[in-house]
Amino acid sequence: MSASGSQQGMTPAPKPEQQSPWAEAEGRLSRALRELGQTSWVVTILAVVVALVVGAVLILAANRDVQASLSYFFAQPTAFLETSFQVLREAYSALFRGAVFDWQAPSAERAIRPLTETMVYSVPLILAGLGIAIGFRSGMLNIGGQGQIILGATSAGFLGYALSMPVGLHVLLALAGGILGGAIWGGIAGVLKARTGANEVIVTIMLNNIAIYLLAWLLQQQWYKQTGSNQPLSSSVDESAQLFSLLGSGFRLHAGFLIAILATLGVWWLLERSTLGFEFRAIGENPEAARTAGINVPKATALVLVIAGGLAGLGGAAHVLGTEYRLAGGVAGTLGFDAITVALLGRSRPLGTFLAGLLLGGLRAGGVLMQAQTGTPIDIVLVLQAVIVLMIAAPPLVRAIFFLPHADGRPRLRRRSARRKARSTDSAAPVQERALQTSGAPNAESPGTMTPGTTTPGTQPPSTNTQEPGK
Amino acid sequence: MKLELRGVTKRFGSFTANDRISLTVEPGEIHALLGENGAGKSTLMNTIYGLYSPDEGEILLDDREVSFNGPGDAVAAGIGMVHQHFMLIPVFTVTESVALGYEPTRAAGLMDMAQARAKVLEISARFGFDVDPDARIEDLPVGAQQRVEIIKALSRDAKVLILDEPTAVLTPQETDELITIMGQLRDSGTSIVFITHKLREVRAVADRITVIRRGAVVGETSPQSTETELAGLMVGREVNLTTLKEPANPQEVSFEVRGLTVLSSTDKVVVDDVDFSMRRGEILVIAGVDGNGQSELAQTILGIRTPVAGSILLDDKDLAPLSVKQRLAAGLGFVPEDRSTDGVIGAFTITENYVLDMYDRPPYAGGPGNVALRLPVMREAAQTQAERFDVRMGSVDDPISTLSGGNQQKVVLAREMSRDLRLFVASQPTRGLDVGSIEFVHRTIIEERDKGTPCLIVSTELDEALNLADRIAVMYRGKIVGIVPASTSRDVLGLMMAGVPADEAQAQAATHQTVMAEADEQAEAEENQ
Repeated sequence: MSASGSQQGMTPAPKPEQQSPWAEAEGRLSRALRELGQTSWVVTILAVVVALVVGAVLILAANRDVQASLSYFFAQPTAFLETSFQVLREAYSALFRGAVFDWQAPSAERAIRPLTETMVYSVPLILAGLGIAIGFRSGMLNIGGQGQIILGATSAGFLGYALSMPVGLHVLLALAGGILGGAIWGGIAGVLKARTGANEVIVTIMLNNIAIYLLAWLLQQQWYKQTGSNQPLSSSVDESAQLFSLLGSGFRLHAGFLIAILATLGVWWLLERSTLGFEFRAIGENPEAARTAGINVPKATALVLVIAGGLAGLGGAAHVLGTEYRLAGGVAGTLGFDAITVALLGRSRPLGTFLAGLLLGGLRAGGVLMQAQTGTPIDIVLVLQAVIVLMIAAPPLVRAIFFLPHADGRPRLRRRSARRKARSTDSAAPVQERALQTSGAPNAESPGTMTPGTTTPGTQPPSTNTQEPGK
Repeated sequence: MKLELRGVTKRFGSFTANDRISLTVEPGEIHALLGENGAGKSTLMNTIYGLYSPDEGEILLDDREVSFNGPGDAVAAGIGMVHQHFMLIPVFTVTESVALGYEPTRAAGLMDMAQARAKVLEISARFGFDVDPDARIEDLPVGAQQRVEIIKALSRDAKVLILDEPTAVLTPQETDELITIMGQLRDSGTSIVFITHKLREVRAVADRITVIRRGAVVGETSPQSTETELAGLMVGREVNLTTLKEPANPQEVSFEVRGLTVLSSTDKVVVDDVDFSMRRGEILVIAGVDGNGQSELAQTILGIRTPVAGSILLDDKDLAPLSVKQRLAAGLGFVPEDRSTDGVIGAFTITENYVLDMYDRPPYAGGPGNVALRLPVMREAAQTQAERFDVRMGSVDDPISTLSGGNQQKVVLAREMSRDLRLFVASQPTRGLDVGSIEFVHRTIIEERDKGTPCLIVSTELDEALNLADRIAVMYRGKIVGIVPASTSRDVLGLMMAGVPADEAQAQAATHQTVMAEADEQAEAEENQ
C-alpha cells in the first residue's frame, strides 16, 4: 500500500506532493459530501428548530412593541414577556397560516389555499433539488442549479410562446425543451469534468453567470422575446403550452406538482433500483473501486451532471409554464441556490428532498402573509434558510447546542468509525492520516478523523441502503 | 539520549499491532527496525511519537518513564520523526517549513523569520546539508525535502530521530547521501531509529538491528548477519503456512504477455519489456520486493493502466482494445492489491459489493437493456456465496465496512470467482489477513487452479510465493529476472529479488558466505555508474 521503491529505491515512487492541491481539495470535498449525506435526521430536525429560535430572536429585535416594552423592562418585566410572546405567536401563526392552513379565512377555499401556494412554490425547488441531490450522491457538488434552471426556463418559455401547436403536445414539447436546455448546461460541466478533470464547482458557478447574461441578452432580441416593446420581458406562454391547473381558477396549483411527485419517484428508482444509479452511487462513494470494477467513471460523471441539469431544467420549465408564464431577467430568483439547501436538508434522498422542498416552499408562501399581516420582514425567511444550512453543514454545532452525545468517545461506535476510516485509504486523505494508515495497522484509528453524524447513538448507521427509499 | 521500550503492546480491536515489544536504542546509535510491510513497525514508531498511546508497557527516555499525549509532548521530550510521506506544505519556503509549529516571534507577535532562517543555515552548515533556506518546498527534489524534515526535527533539539522508511521515495544517489547524513548525526550523538524492510540498507548503516514480525520482536542481531539470515528472521522460516495441493496439471498456454512496457505517471519505466506465458491450470506467482513493477503489471492486465508497448493475449485474443468491463466479461477475475481502496466500497452493503462488477448483467440486472437491478436475485446470490465462502457477517444488507479485513477479502474472492474465469489475477491477496483467512484464500486459489484457470498471483511474501506457486517469476526494477520452479530455495530467490539472474543466483547461493558481499558490491557498482 505504501509507495516504496525497490531494494535501493530504484523506481522512485511518485512523491506524495505530486498530488495537486486541487485533487486534494476535491477529494476532501467528495468526502465532505458523503458525510453530509449521512447527517442524521435528528440533526436535520434540530437544525430547523434552531433556525426557528434564531428567527424568533430576530423577529423580536425588529419589533417596535417589543423594543418599547424593553425600555421599562425593570419596572414591568412581565410586559416584555407578554409582548414578546404575543409578537412571536402572531408572526409564526401568520407564517403557518400562510403556508399550510388559514383558519381565519372567510371561506373553505381560502383556508386551504395556503397549502396549495406552498406546493406551487415547492415545484421548482423539488425538481432542481433532486438534481442537486443526484450530484451529491455521486460525489459532485453541482452549484449550477441556477444556470440550469435559467436555461430550462429560457428554452421552455421560448418554445411555449414562439410555436403554436395543439394543446397537450405543445406543453410536452416545451417541457422537453426545458429538460434539454438544463441537461446541456449541466452536460457542459459534466463533459469538462470527465474529459479534463475540471472542477465542477467552478465550472458550474461560471455557467450560472453565463446563463444569467445569456438570458439578459436574449431578452433584448426581438426574435427571441417577440413582444414589440423595449421591455426586457418576453411575451406570454400560449395557453396550449401552460401546465394545466389542478384545482381550478381559484388556485395557482398546476400540473407541475404532479411532475415533481413523478420526478421524486423516478429519481428514487434511478438511484436505488437502476444499474445506472448503482454506478452513480459507486463513483460517489469510492471512484477507485468503481473504476477497478469496470465502471466507466468519466462517462458516469458526465451523465450525472446531464441528468442533474435536466431535472433543474425541468424545474425551470415548470416554473415558467405553470407559474410565471413569461420570462424576465430574474425569472429564476434564487431558486438554484435554494435548491442546494433543499438537497442538503433532504439529505440527498429523494423523499427527503421532496419534503424539504415543501418546507422551503412553505416558508416562502408563509413569509408573504407574515409580512402582510404582522409587518415582519419576509427576509426572516432567508435567515431561517441560512441558519438551517449552517446547522446542517456543522452537525457538531447542533450537538453542542442540544447537549447530544459527541461523535467520538463512544467505544462501541468508535470501532465502527475506525472501520469506516480503514476503508478510506482515499488518495486524498490528508498526508498525516495517510502516513498513519501506511503504518500497517489495518484498523488504525487516528485522532481527528471521526466522521460526525455517523456515530451518534440513536441515529441510523451510515446507510446508502437500497432498502430505504430516502427514508 | 537513550530510548527504551518495555513490553509495549498496542491493539486495534482484536488485532494486536504490537505485541510486548522491548528494545533499547543507545545514545549515538543507529538502530534499525526491520520487518515486512504490516509487521507493526510504523505503529510502534507512532506510539513512541505520541500519536498512539500504548495499551500496555512503558517508554523510557534516559531511564525515566514518559507518557505522551500527542506528538507535541514527544517533540518537547526530544523525539523527532521524519514520516514516510513528508508533512510539508508545498508552497512554503524551507525556512517557513522549519519554523512551522514553533514560530519564533518578536515583539508584538511578529514572526522572526531572520532567526528561523539563521537556524536553518546553522544546522545546514553543521551537517553539510546544502539546503537553500529560501527555496520553495515544491521546487525541491524529494531527497532535499527529506533533509528539510530532518532539519526541522533537529531544530527542535531532537535527540532521538525516527526515520520511517526514509529510503522508500529516494533515488539511489539520494539514499547514499542520506546514509552519510545518518552517519554524521550518529557521530554528533543523536540516536536514530531507522525503519525499513530493505536488507542491504540495514547492513550498510545500522549498529544494531531489531527484527519484528507480526507485531512481535523475533530477534536482535548485528549488521554482520547475512542478508539470508535477516530475511529468514523477517519472513519467518519457521512459520510454515503450507496448504496441501496436488501437483499442477498444466494444459495449453492460454495467457501471454509479450514485451510489455508500462510507464508511471511521472514517465518512469515501471514495467520493462516483460514477457511470460501461462498455461491453464497453473499458478504463477510474481515475487519481488514491493515497488518493482508488480502492481503496475497487474493493473495493466486489468486495463486501468495503458502500456506503451507490448501486448497481452488471453485465449489468443489481444486485450488492448478492451475496456476494464469488457476484460472482466471476457473471463478475467481480479483481486486488487488495496482492498479498502480498490476492492470494496465500504458504505455499500455486502450484497452491493458482491455484485460490484456484475450489477449490469443478468441475472442481477433485468428489464430492457438491463436497466433495472434485481435486488432479490442479488441478495440471494450474495447470501449463497457468502455461506460458501464462510463470510462471518450479520446480514448481507449490512455495510461491508462492518466486516473484518479477512471477511471483506472473502467477499471480493466470492465475487471474482463466481464467474466462469479464463484468467485469475490477484495482487497481495492475503495482505493484512489473519492466519485462518490466509489459509482459506490460498485454498480457494488452488481450487480455482484445479478447475483449469491460470492464476497469476502478485505477492511480496516469500512464504506465500513458495506455498502457492507452481512457478515463480521474480521481478526486479520492472523486469522479470527469471522464472523458476517453486522448488527453488529461498537463498536463490532472495538473490534474484536483488536482481541477480537465476543461474548466477544458483551458483552464488552454493557458496553463500562470500557471495552476499559480492552481490552488494556488484549492486553498488551498478548504482554508482
